[in-house]
Amino acid sequence: MSNDVVVIAEARDGSLKRPSLEVVSAAIDLAAKAGGEVVAVILGSGIDAAKTELQASGAHRVVAVESEALAKYSGDGYATAAVEALKDISASSILMAHTAMGKDLAPRIAARLGVGLISDATALHFEDNKFGATKPVYAGKAYTKSVANKSPFMATVRPNNFEARSGGSADIAQVTPSLDASAIKAIVTEVIAGARDSVPLQEASVVVSGGRGLKEAEHFNLIEDLAAAFGPGVAAVGASRAVVDAGWRPHREQVGQTGKVVSPPLYIACGISGAIQHLAGMRTSKCIVAINKDPEAPIFKVADFGIVGDVFDVLPVLTEAVKAAVAS
Amino acid sequence: MNIVVCIKRVAASNSTIKVAADGASLDDSGVEFEINPYDEFAVEQALQTKEAVGAGEVTVVSLGCSDSVKELRDCLARGADKAVLLKHDGQADAYANSEMLASWLKDQNADLILMGKQSIDDDNGQVPQRVATLLDISCVTDVKKVEIQDGTVTAERDIEGGREIVSCKLPAILSTQKGLNEPRYANLKGIMKAKKKPFEEIDASVVESALTTVSLSLPPARGDGRIVGEGPEAVDALIDALKDEAKVL
Repeated sequence: MSNDVVVIAEARDGSLKRPSLEVVSAAIDLAAKAGGEVVAVILGSGIDAAKTELQASGAHRVVAVESEALAKYSGDGYATAAVEALKDISASSILMAHTAMGKDLAPRIAARLGVGLISDATALHFEDNKFGATKPVYAGKAYTKSVANKSPFMATVRPNNFEARSGGSADIAQVTPSLDASAIKAIVTEVIAGARDSVPLQEASVVVSGGRGLKEAEHFNLIEDLAAAFGPGVAAVGASRAVVDAGWRPHREQVGQTGKVVSPPLYIACGISGAIQHLAGMRTSKCIVAINKDPEAPIFKVADFGIVGDVFDVLPVLTEAVKAAVAS
Repeated sequence: MNIVVCIKRVAASNSTIKVAADGASLDDSGVEFEINPYDEFAVEQALQTKEAVGAGEVTVVSLGCSDSVKELRDCLARGADKAVLLKHDGQADAYANSEMLASWLKDQNADLILMGKQSIDDDNGQVPQRVATLLDISCVTDVKKVEIQDGTVTAERDIEGGREIVSCKLPAILSTQKGLNEPRYANLKGIMKAKKKPFEEIDASVVESALTTVSLSLPPARGDGRIVGEGPEAVDALIDALKDEAKVL
């Protein structure tokens, strides 16, 4: 009983976030090595859809911590409720997705438990009776492997890094936290949704990024058109630091050190030379395409496929070709 | 208002990373160090907040080796009122760093504590939330817009597919994200003034790390890529490669 692998899953608008399924999948592999069952814990209010998805995620048990006080995410409120629920589970390890919520919440839980936490793990280990993980440092220019000296072991797991699986029909244990809404310190008063069809950069299957080669902010419509060509909900737009610093694009789209680190199945760099801090943010993408008119641009060193050419000539043709390929 | 900013000295973002002989740490020969870029937004926010209130004190603190004096002096030159070096040599994880910082911060009576959202060396993003938890005060992370009025903080942060507005009372920790402000740089007058500002060095009360780093390694080189062609005529070859070789279309 003292060795269950706990996943703290995440719901948004009642349904399960995809990275949570990937973490359950990683937890199943870890439990296979370390022993114990996989327990998926979900917090929130009105999360029936998420619970149903978790039951069929491959987890052995599901614990639903539900309260009106958890209707909106709050770091300290969720941490309090999670730590309370964890008291009844003998966890050897606690995993979360390295998402906006996981990044915010996991350190708060780790601090309350007085344990270490490996952020943004790309591999989980159980060797010589010790839990550990590998994670990128220096925005992916290097990796560290660390082991935990305190129990439970905690890690947040990088999205798009483990294959989600499905199966099983886990039982649900219902828990009502003692949390009082008035005790929450920092309250989310408003959530403003971005464009309805926009895909979060770090969860997108395809990232199309633009750099200074686009010459002007207005020309980013070429990038947006190519992203849209993959169909709704598939591709996100990214940007180099140079164009974000120039004010052409918002910082949330910046890929690289001091921006976001992404590893989608397909990354298309358009008019990006490939400064070291940009490469750090995208070099783990599964397939990298570079389009640049300078054949000596460093981006070609990490690209799987390159086209030497002007983005203004290549992108419209590529956009039509992608549309045709997606349609067929 | 009593404002404390926590800063860290890190390898500059344009550094090439080499592994030291121990196989578990950075070979810092030839590496330039700088203030963590996200911490610059914290310093700027502290100065702007003090200026808006028209009273108060900005203390900048760094937990780290003696070389961090340089980054602390730079913050004084930008306008911070005093600096504290919590001396600690060697590596520590986020657990130990947070415990050491919190044990100093708990006696500082700070209304507002600002830190970068993560350091660009370890890329953890844990310390702000951990310290707030240890001090039992509010914490808003990844702040890219903030207003502080009558002891209430209203902050905006990005989440996947949107933004959140978060409200909390002081005292609070805010972790700062790029876009929050435009950091100022030190001018000559500031540099001269900084020399006369209070600078304290204290040995940190050492806490052992909860994690042990087994290895630091460079990522595997990517396989040889190829140029499929030149100009728009190469698009067909690219589509074929994406379909048949990479199987991503």
